[in-house]
Parts: sequence; structure tokens; C-alpha cells
Amino acid sequence: MTPEAGMIGVGLSHYLTLAAILFTIGIFGIFLNRKNLIVIMMSIELMLLAVNINMVAFSSFLNDLVGQVFTMLVLTVAAAEAAIGLAIVVVFYRNRRSIEVEDINTMKG
Amino acid sequence: MIIATLAFYLFAIVAVISALNVIFQRNPVHSVLWLILTFFNAAGLFVLLGAEFVAMILVVVYVGAVAVLFLFVVMMLDINITMIREGFLKYLWVGASIGLILLIELAVVFGGWVMSPESEGLRGAPAPAPGAVSNTEALGLLLYTDYAYVFQAAGLVLLVAMVGAIVLTLRRRPGVRKQKISEQVNRRVADTLEIVKVETGKGAS
Repeated sequence: MTPEAGMIGVGLSHYLTLAAILFTIGIFGIFLNRKNLIVIMMSIELMLLAVNINMVAFSSFLNDLVGQVFTMLVLTVAAAEAAIGLAIVVVFYRNRRSIEVEDINTMKG
Repeated sequence: MIIATLAFYLFAIVAVISALNVIFQRNPVHSVLWLILTFFNAAGLFVLLGAEFVAMILVVVYVGAVAVLFLFVVMMLDINITMIREGFLKYLWVGASIGLILLIELAVVFGGWVMSPESEGLRGAPAPAPGAVSNTEALGLLLYTDYAYVFQAAGLVLLVAMVGAIVLTLRRRPGVRKQKISEQVNRRVADTLEIVKVETGKGAS
């Protein structure tokens, strides 16, 4: 993997652009799907994936393995977040029969 | 070189298209399936970057565990799909403008990115020469030595998440007959059975 990329080669900026696009799609998804908490969590997973792509790209182009180690930690946290978040969604659905964001106002003062 | 470039563009374009489908699908089940496709393409990109182990972990953890978990929950909850798209247009413009602003910011930050000449010497764990050890072996050598505590902390995070998910979703419903094995095992003969000497002609009372 050569750090410099010519006209045809794929450089670091290509990966960074892709990660930025995926992150933006994730943000967009959070705003768009206000009625469905599960799709919001999927958007968060997309954003974490974009972060992982960034870290693996830097790790590869700098020849530094620490980026990949931290990618695995991000994966761990993402899995934990998905498990806890979905458990909360299930409990919320049991109580309110809905997973709309607007309905989550029980703790509002 | 040209094949790697073509593979990058293939994976990248399919990843972006499937990510867009994740957020625009009407049915959450379809969203999960598109999310799985996105993860597969990201794993392909990781393979292109030479990070095979992380790529396989991505497939195993995300597709095998997280996406299936999402699928379970989506199918378990009875979501009214027709209601979901209400107010869609209202948030479309807010989301689009914020996403556009963020994309421009990211482009400004990363567009002029140049590697510092000193970055070579600042590396935390220089990757071994290609062909010396595989990516998985190098990662294992790093993870179990320098990052052992971080690795343990990651395990702790997973343990807490597991306990938390069980505590949140476990419920005891009254009126449901379930086998309680501990009660069955703990039964003693003296508690339940009584032996009475019955005299002839009197009967047991």
C-alpha cells in the first residue's frame, strides 16, 4: 500500500471522503426518521462505521496498527450500545406500544 | 493497481447507495437488510486496506450479531409502517441542510490533509513489513501485550452490556406457570410426606 496515489490509484483522501459521506448519511438518517427509534439506532451504527473506515484508512496509510486496535474497541462499544439500546426500545415498546421519538417524554420535567 | 481502484469504487458506491437505502426505506426490515449490505461492503474496503482481521470481525460482529439483533427486535415489535412517514418532509429540509453543512465542514477539514513529515517517527506501533507476519498475528501481538488492559476493559464493557440488557428485558409475569427447578430440587421428603401408623379398625384421620 503506497501512501501517495496517482491519478488512478486510491489515496487516503478517497477513503476519508467515503467516510465523510457515510457519516453525513447517518446524521441525515437521525433527522429523517423521527417516528422510528430503531432506524435512528441504525443511523448511529452507520456513523460508527464511518469512524471505523477513517481509523482503518489512517492505520493503513500510516503503517500504524494502533488504528486497527482502536477500531476493534469501537466495534465492541457499538455492539454494547446496540444491545442496550434495543433492550431499552423493547422495554419502552412494552410500556407505551410505540417507538416514536415524540412519545418519549415521560422523564420531561 | 487498476483492479484495486475498480474494487474501491465498486465497494464505495454500493456502500453509499445501501446506506442511503437504510435511511430511506419505508419498512424497517428492509433497512436492516440494506445495513447488512453496507457492512459487507465496508468489510471489502477493509480488505483492500490490508486490514483483514478487522474486516472479518466486522462481518462476524456486525452482520452476525448486531444486524441479527436489529432484525429480531424489528420483527418482534409490531410497528405501524404507514404512520412512520408522517412528518417526513418536515424534517427532510432540516436534516438535509445540517447534513450538507457537516459535509462541507468535513471537506474543509480533510480536503487539505497532508501527512506531516514527522508522522513516520510518531507511530505508536509501526506495522510489520508486508510478508513478515500476517495482519491477524501482528494485531494479536499488539493487543495482548501493549493493549492488554484496554482489551480487558472492552470485555468489561461487553459484560456490563450483557447484564444490562438482561436486567432491562427480564420480567416475571404473574399467572404464568413456569417450572422452578430450584424449588423442585430443594423439596424434602419431610416437608411433603407424612408416614402415619394406622391401627387396625381406626383408620387414618
